[in-house]
Amino acid sequence: MTGFRLETGGRVDRSQPVRFHFDGKTFQGFAGDSLASALLANGVMLFGRSFKYHRPRGLVAAGSEEPNALISVNRGLGRFTPNLRATGVEIHNGLKAFSQNRWPSLEMDFGAINDRLGMFLPAGFYNKTFMWPRSFWDKVYEPAIRKMAGLGDAPTAEDPDVYASTYAHCDLLIIGAGPAGIDAALGSMDSNKRIILMDEQDELGGGALADPSLWPWLERSVKALSDAPNVTILTRTTAFGYYHDNFIGAVQRLIDHLPEIEDMPREKLWRIRADEVVLAQGAIERPIVFGGNDTPGVMLSSAAKVYANRFGVAVGKALALMASHDSGWHDMFALAKAGVGISAIIDVRESVDSALMHEADRLGITVYLNHGVVGVNGRHGVRSVDICDYGNQQVRRIDTDALLMAGGWTPSVHLWSHSKGSLKWRDDLGAYVPDQPNENVVCVGGCSGDWDFGKGAIIDMLPTPKDQSRIKAFVDFQNDVTAKDIKLAVREGFRSIEHIKRYTTNGMATDQGKTSNLNGLQIASSALNQPVPDIGLTSFRPPYTPQTFGALAGHAKGALFQPTRTTNIDSWAQAHGAVFELVAQWRRARYFPKPNENMHAAVNRECIAVRSSLGIFDASTLGKIEVVGPDAAEFLNRMYTNPWKALEPGRCRYGLLLKEDGFITDDGVSARLAHDRFHLTTTTGGAARVLNMMEDYLQTEWPDLDVWLTSTTEQYAVIALQGPNARKVLEPLVEGIDLSAEAFPHMAIREGRICGIETRLFRVSFTGELGFEINVPTAYGRAVWEQLMAQGAQYDITPYGTEAMHVLRAEKGFIIVGQDTDGTITPFDAGLDWAVGKKKPDFVGKRSMARPDIVAPGRKQLVGLLTDDPHIVLQEGAQIVADPNQPIPMTMIGHVTSSYWSETLGRSIAMALVAGGHDMTGDTLHIPMPGKTHTAKVSGVVFYDPKGARLNV
Amino acid sequence: MILIHCPYCDEKRPEIEFANAGQAHIARPLDPSGQTDAEWEAYLFIRANPRGRHHERWRHVHGCGRFFNAVRDTVTDKFEATYKAGEPRR
Repeated sequence: MTGFRLETGGRVDRSQPVRFHFDGKTFQGFAGDSLASALLANGVMLFGRSFKYHRPRGLVAAGSEEPNALISVNRGLGRFTPNLRATGVEIHNGLKAFSQNRWPSLEMDFGAINDRLGMFLPAGFYNKTFMWPRSFWDKVYEPAIRKMAGLGDAPTAEDPDVYASTYAHCDLLIIGAGPAGIDAALGSMDSNKRIILMDEQDELGGGALADPSLWPWLERSVKALSDAPNVTILTRTTAFGYYHDNFIGAVQRLIDHLPEIEDMPREKLWRIRADEVVLAQGAIERPIVFGGNDTPGVMLSSAAKVYANRFGVAVGKALALMASHDSGWHDMFALAKAGVGISAIIDVRESVDSALMHEADRLGITVYLNHGVVGVNGRHGVRSVDICDYGNQQVRRIDTDALLMAGGWTPSVHLWSHSKGSLKWRDDLGAYVPDQPNENVVCVGGCSGDWDFGKGAIIDMLPTPKDQSRIKAFVDFQNDVTAKDIKLAVREGFRSIEHIKRYTTNGMATDQGKTSNLNGLQIASSALNQPVPDIGLTSFRPPYTPQTFGALAGHAKGALFQPTRTTNIDSWAQAHGAVFELVAQWRRARYFPKPNENMHAAVNRECIAVRSSLGIFDASTLGKIEVVGPDAAEFLNRMYTNPWKALEPGRCRYGLLLKEDGFITDDGVSARLAHDRFHLTTTTGGAARVLNMMEDYLQTEWPDLDVWLTSTTEQYAVIALQGPNARKVLEPLVEGIDLSAEAFPHMAIREGRICGIETRLFRVSFTGELGFEINVPTAYGRAVWEQLMAQGAQYDITPYGTEAMHVLRAEKGFIIVGQDTDGTITPFDAGLDWAVGKKKPDFVGKRSMARPDIVAPGRKQLVGLLTDDPHIVLQEGAQIVADPNQPIPMTMIGHVTSSYWSETLGRSIAMALVAGGHDMTGDTLHIPMPGKTHTAKVSGVVFYDPKGARLNV
Repeated sequence: MILIHCPYCDEKRPEIEFANAGQAHIARPLDPSGQTDAEWEAYLFIRANPRGRHHERWRHVHGCGRFFNAVRDTVTDKFEATYKAGEPRR
């Protein structure tokens, strides 16, 4: 086959030449050409190498169903797009396109050796062959297979393009703007409905674009629709998925067809909710299965018509048709009318409609009925075909340079199936068509099986006198699946089409079997001797055609992937050199290194400062919930393990929260501000979860309680001022609060002003030192912080981060929920018996603490660990064994949950969950770590100031 | 994306505004301490896994914040009804 541009015809603009590049060579086409039509017009017939056998491949189709002509487009760094269908790429000046899966070149491909070895590469070959030895898979087999078999290269540079997304709502969404879709839009245009009409191509028309007799109608219709204010037209827009309740995802391509990269988004994701959907996606012509049907120059007959009538390109000089369906005959007549040379019509049927015979006769076309193609001569292009007369089994040769296939039509039911509409088999069409809808949707035109292309015979593959085991008759061009492979799968015992599909990979390529599924079904049906509907149909899943990750991600990448929450004081920490870490979604200062200070040195310095003088810490991320109402105390009494009803206003309490299963889920210090008002705090990561849990109980279990819950996490900035000099710094800044130890004891709250700002001042400590937590309205956080820094300068006030906070709390044995607990730890396991109200009749989780497994001995319990070598800091997560000399695999009795160097104590400290740990005090345990097994003695968890003398000053 | 009718807002809103909250109509026993181990186990752990009609709780978490009950078909994913907490099982 050698394609060429016809003298006249087509919708391309012959006054606008376009220069573009393919595999480094420069070509010329016209505005309106696809890459496929422009290359075809230049005589290019080889578009790629096949996936497995590296066979030379040309165009099969003219639309998005194209299985072979996958190409890459390079628009510069980060703008490399592989696996585009040449039929869907619009050319523009300077376009750089490349073929794929070939080395060193498309014409001379080393991998084609696979084709000669084809008899050794049957279905399931990889599964069968490369299983042994197992260790070879990762290092030998997989890399080699990946190098040989494959699609385009994945881009490696970051994509610099921007992708937009939008939501849209409409009364009527019409997908597909061929004649059926346009008619649907025209029919509803005069209503008040908001209508969206979309099509994947660059202009409306669909099949009408290849039928010049319809062009005047098309022009009138497009103008009418464009003028209608209630109709939105989206071209270059692919509806890729149909989801629940008429929710449709579509991607609009905005700039890939333009010569310059405009300063605008590359693609736009549309999320459309439609009241009613009309699917007018048309139908896809089916190839015919016979030996050599993948030779470049063998293509769908409807595609040849599209190239001639839409693009003004003849796919060859003498076209032959292999038909089992009337539609191919009509295509040939149209091609003849367009001035394309015709060689012959071959039809597998014994007779066809007499009108077709008369028209062929009138046009002087030779017709061979009851014949079939049994061989295609030529490797990189068709030179001639051998056809067999099924009457007398005589084979003759016909000269032709392009062989067209007309195997009937497959309705595009992809989106219909996404919407879970049911399908029914129609014997007369040899295809599945839409049956019962699952949404408010109708199918019209080709995709409903409603077409006037005439009749056809349903065949699995063409009969041939040749040895069937020696011919490659392709079913799935993109995945290189042959009829032989499907028959082999059936012989090997596969019965369900779902299994046959996965074993042979038929229909599993990027085209999802648009041209192969029905032929595969027919062949399996014949091999199994069962009707097609009994074999089933594989599922259609989004996307209809491959879409870019960029379009789906939209703006949700980099810093916008998920929000980073920052406190009002974060900007100060940033300006003062803090090293940050993410805690849940919060960005928190981890430590504040001085010049030339590493984390270890900074944390040691920060810890010593708190213990000896004064530290300041941004605790704003703590979850906060305001609990208000006459039954507030009763509610908290039922939620937390502790008793709350007797707590006096002005006092605080450590609250321990369990889930109903008895395991610790959160903790925090909370304050009673008034008889009917509490200020709760939760862990930083647990705030939303705790509020949800409390709302759940309040709304559904105890709706009789008169309580309101409000999240106030972001309403307060919280500054922890910790250290022996904390009170001295506060005194001059605070109004209306007596800070003396007698008037304002540990675990109390007072309301007043600090630096003129209203404050809820807690006297609490997560460090074991005299401490205050200053709550002020968020907007004043940094201002108050800076005042405290100025006032504290005389005491060498030291900002500290989460790392020092962790060390300080561990020295005091305070747990971090989620680090020292893991969702299977009860208050008793954690040594928090004291926080459980023994006299309370009920609270969330109480009954579960009496479950048999919870009271059984041998549960993991929280203990302290002191290494025999005080300089060894155990790894958090390290496993613990009782006897280091036991055979491997050893019995692990627990693990290290927290472990730090304590500069204050001059040694390492650790906490661990150990089975039966509470009864092991003083015992030596063993902790295997890389290089050495360390020994440590079990201790209590409070390593510093066990009597709490430093708190009550 | 499913549309869910919130019985409190009385509007159909997209699924992303809601959070599933497990099986519906499992009341917390009024006197948990009086429960046998078997009764408590049934309350705490044993859940239905029907093919078809399923009563479940949803929360309009990014809307009014209310918990409500729903009947959803686990095969078709279609909501048959949604109704306020405390109303009788449908």
